[in-house]
Amino acid sequence: MANIEIDGRQVEVKDGSTVMDAARQLGIYIPHFCYHKKLSIAANCRMCLVQVEKAPKPLPACATPVTDGMKVFTQSESAIRAQKGVMEFLLINHPLDCPICDQGGECQLQDLAVGYGNAASRYHEEKRVVSNKELGPLIATDMTRCIQCTRCVRFGQEIGGIMELGQAGRGEHVEIMPFVERTVNSELSGNMIDLCPVGALTSKPFRYSARAWELTRRASVSPHDGLGANLAVQVKANRVYRVVPRENEDVNECWLSDKDRFSYEGLNSAQRLTQPMLKRHGEWQECDWQTALEYVANGLKRIRDDHGAAQIGALATPHSTLEELYLLQKFMRGIGSGNVDHRTRQSDFRLDAALQGAPWLGQSIVELQEVKSALVIGSTLRKDHPLLAQRLRQAVKAGAELSLVNPVDDDLLVSVANKLIVAPSNLVNALSQVLKALAELERTEVPTALAGISVTPAAAAIAASLSRGEKAAVLLGNLAQHHPRYSELHILAQEIARISGASLGVLGEAANSVGACLAGAVPYAGPLGRDAGTGMNAAEMLATPRLAYVLLNTEIELDSHDPQQAVRAMEQAELVVALSAYRHQALNYADVLLPVAPFTETFGTFVNTEGRAQSFNAVVKPQGEARPAWKVLRVLGNMFNLNGFGYNSAEEVRAEIIARGAMSLHEACNNQSRNIQLGDAAPAAVSGLQRIAEVPIYQADAVVRRADSLQRTVDGAAPGAVMNGVLLQQLQVEDGEMVVVRQGDGSTVMRARRDDALPLDCVRVAAGHPLTATLGPMFGEIVVEKA
Amino acid sequence: MANEVIFHSIHQPESWKLSSYLATGGYEMLKKVVTEKVPPEEIINQVKISALRGRGGAGFPTGLKWSFMPRHFQGDKYLVCNTDEGEPGTFKDRDIIRFNPHQLIEGMAIAAYTMGVKVGYNYIHGEIWEAYERFEEALEEARAAGFLGDNLFGTDFCFNLHAHQGYGAYVCGEETALLESIEGKKGQPRFKPPFPASFGLYGKPTTINNTETFASIPYIIRHGGQKFLELGKPNNGGTKIFSVSGHVNKPGNFEIGMGTPFAELLEMAGGVRSGHKLKAVIPGGSSVPVVPAEIMMDLTMDYDSIAKAGSMLGAGSVIVMDETVCMVKALERLSYFYFEESCGQCTPCREGTGWLYRVIHRIEHGQGRAEDLDLLANVTSNISGRTICALGDAAAMPVQGMLKHYRNEFEYHVEHKKCMV
Repeated sequence: MANIEIDGRQVEVKDGSTVMDAARQLGIYIPHFCYHKKLSIAANCRMCLVQVEKAPKPLPACATPVTDGMKVFTQSESAIRAQKGVMEFLLINHPLDCPICDQGGECQLQDLAVGYGNAASRYHEEKRVVSNKELGPLIATDMTRCIQCTRCVRFGQEIGGIMELGQAGRGEHVEIMPFVERTVNSELSGNMIDLCPVGALTSKPFRYSARAWELTRRASVSPHDGLGANLAVQVKANRVYRVVPRENEDVNECWLSDKDRFSYEGLNSAQRLTQPMLKRHGEWQECDWQTALEYVANGLKRIRDDHGAAQIGALATPHSTLEELYLLQKFMRGIGSGNVDHRTRQSDFRLDAALQGAPWLGQSIVELQEVKSALVIGSTLRKDHPLLAQRLRQAVKAGAELSLVNPVDDDLLVSVANKLIVAPSNLVNALSQVLKALAELERTEVPTALAGISVTPAAAAIAASLSRGEKAAVLLGNLAQHHPRYSELHILAQEIARISGASLGVLGEAANSVGACLAGAVPYAGPLGRDAGTGMNAAEMLATPRLAYVLLNTEIELDSHDPQQAVRAMEQAELVVALSAYRHQALNYADVLLPVAPFTETFGTFVNTEGRAQSFNAVVKPQGEARPAWKVLRVLGNMFNLNGFGYNSAEEVRAEIIARGAMSLHEACNNQSRNIQLGDAAPAAVSGLQRIAEVPIYQADAVVRRADSLQRTVDGAAPGAVMNGVLLQQLQVEDGEMVVVRQGDGSTVMRARRDDALPLDCVRVAAGHPLTATLGPMFGEIVVEKA
Repeated sequence: MANEVIFHSIHQPESWKLSSYLATGGYEMLKKVVTEKVPPEEIINQVKISALRGRGGAGFPTGLKWSFMPRHFQGDKYLVCNTDEGEPGTFKDRDIIRFNPHQLIEGMAIAAYTMGVKVGYNYIHGEIWEAYERFEEALEEARAAGFLGDNLFGTDFCFNLHAHQGYGAYVCGEETALLESIEGKKGQPRFKPPFPASFGLYGKPTTINNTETFASIPYIIRHGGQKFLELGKPNNGGTKIFSVSGHVNKPGNFEIGMGTPFAELLEMAGGVRSGHKLKAVIPGGSSVPVVPAEIMMDLTMDYDSIAKAGSMLGAGSVIVMDETVCMVKALERLSYFYFEESCGQCTPCREGTGWLYRVIHRIEHGQGRAEDLDLLANVTSNISGRTICALGDAAAMPVQGMLKHYRNEFEYHVEHKKCMV
């Protein structure tokens, strides 16, 4: 520890701290541009120059280490002179075009110029002009405004994991630019907009639409991935104009993924459903709520009375709120059906009976960053969970070893120490190898089921990495959870974690995956795991079609494991009620469309993957006749005269599940399966080609699917049929050629793409995309032919 | 006392060849320290006694710098020679490499032995290709003869030395920018601390010295620090190569004892070109303040004497100007250099060098304003000492020097829109 004095105030700081750290600790603001608490120190802007006793010249607070007894003056004449001098230099070549700059009103340069700039410029020479750069659909550039702080460059290198911007040139000619003819494609790119202290990098979708001071800032929570990023939604005239991060060190730090940031465009989509709609005599007609709800209630009652409540099924997305999911299951169980599920992309439910709680991360998000070793099973982590991937990236930078068992080998922008890239049919075998190697390494009994397994060097390396006795994590990703043998993958992961002492985590696919389980939106358990009788899971409900379906926020043709089967089930049903924020394909199979509010238009709670309950209020009024889904479900409950549907507010619904004030629900979470019977681990015999399906980052839920700017990014591009070069050759197809991809009775035409890292006999065809909504199971057999 | 230390073998035919170097006792000192296992402390002590100061311009005591290197640090350490000689007026290091490269290699090897380093680099300026090739040849000779490589002289001492060609950026002569450049990154100075002795090349402890500094080492080992010191004067030991350019009859490199009167050096360089008289001298390379003739003629060529006159010895690059020189035009050219060579990292230097150049350019072209001179002085004071490296100071000092001694010429330019010279 060192004792130092800043502006006459004493402070004790940790050794190795900088003057800036000490000043922050004291709450003393030192002007700065290049300094950012999450980035490395560049010390290039020179705005934070301060006077240090005995130093011959002013020193940059951001880069000057403290020494015991140091005396610092941030406001002395010498400090102020230095700071004003720097400000003058920053402004001489700055265009001073604040009136037409989107950053105006929230610009660090503008703010500090008020304090440190002169009223008039002494610079009467030519000003520098820098050409703008095309960085893609998300970031607009006005590079003449750039002050060369290099925050964006450092963000890419240090946080994003990929250097997509650099500073080229020398002296006055330096320019921030992307690589030649490249755009910025990182899934975290929007953070550079926040980091840019001037108007050089601004939001392209938001450009010229509102002034910062016209916007009201309202707190919310991201409805997308399992992280639950904290949002500040910026609103004007009852419309969402922009989303920026709300800092939460425990969750998203000061970052947002582009999905969290730019998906708001989907909220204002022309496809928004704003009026209840009924299909009468094959024609869709708008109607009032009373008519629609009576139609629904009568229809469901008729089916229940004529065919039994078990003929009714409810499917929801885990992007729905805790309250909505709770009321959905309460309604379903109230009318006598246990058929409720949110896991529409899962196909293997054999573990349901053995689960002891809601699957979750198994530790806090902050703890994840502190692991020394991590094994990720079945996930392209940076696309599934961009900011959790960022946490692991920081862990790896700090020395952690990352291992991967996965069918695809995309660049995760982090160094992967060991990997086993195998076909989906071999995932169980691959993980069995790791378990066997680990058991041998730890000298515990090798399960008999694994006797015949031969261990590859990669599996042995993964086992060795986990067994070092340091903090480790075994994480089951989205792909593992969607895999047809998820139960075995889970049990193997659980055993690997047990033997190695690692924590076992299930990466919640969606913002409320954990909340959905806790709300009881699963057939095997009621709220908080309470016994709730029996019911059908998502796969059963679709494989054995029901007569009626209630769909909550789901576009089943995009959200299900087997869209062919799902759509067939919908088409056969007598009554399909879709509660949705959008008019979508349900127009083809539904009978009633009920307009419900997206997350910005309702109170709600998401429980993120670490079991953290985060509630949020509506930031705008529902569009048109849209209503919060909890209200719709409450009224339906009333129409069935169900008990306990007299809620006056969503908070009352929440209070039924979570005690007032409770934030962490991780006691109700548990990844340990009671059943640890290992099945056959031999590589599965497969005929034909296997499909590898992941959901593209910007297709994961209804809101983001309609975010136009995100759809124009590289990640939003139409998926291809990706294959190993060997397979392409066998099929006599060239990279880039169009092919027909067929599963069951559905087919689609896609562009063939080559990726030699893919296992042989596999075709990677994304799920959840309109282009592939006619296909079958995510990991089923697939046929590829020349178009 | 001329050519005592560095250019002592320059009379040899093909003095750059190993055979020539060996003929004058070359590599004997390396062999001696390595085979006799001379304690490193003893070598450092001799270097300290010699009062050898960094010949790259900063004049930091070499022995002291060497003592900063963590000798017992386990793991990689590096030795780097800075031959990125790129400042206007400097041209000594290229001649050391051209005429006596093996002495540099021997000096580096002795330094490596002293500091327990196994790998070294010589970073050679991008625009002196011939010197680079000659140094590569010398390295090949030294490797073949067993003066570089592993287990030298049958001991466990290993030293592998590599040449690295720069790309011509002036800023890469700044030692930490040079390290960045070797690492394959953009040459931009690093913020210090940490200093290279603890966090240098690839983040490892690193010692960086100038070419002439290393090349002086074999002499100090052979003759002892005291003898070297006596070649010069106290606190300014040894000989120094002065690169004399400009309006003299015989420009060139002159290795003379530190403390030699400037008048003698001027004499050696053939005096000011005939029919003209000395106006001013930039004594240490383009970045140091100009010294008017009447002051200069009373100075001796050493760090302390020049510093007392308000300038710096720098790398010993003496730019001589006669009365035909327009100081406004001279400064315009100098300021353009710093404007062009600023790396662009720090705000004051990136923005300020262009400002300075443009204002001086205007004055030179008859568009000066009365307030420009005070503005120039003020802008330089806002650059000086406010940047990561000394390039900002290097851009400011010539302006400050010129305004101090030749303000009248600038005023004349502003007032009469033309030159008084």
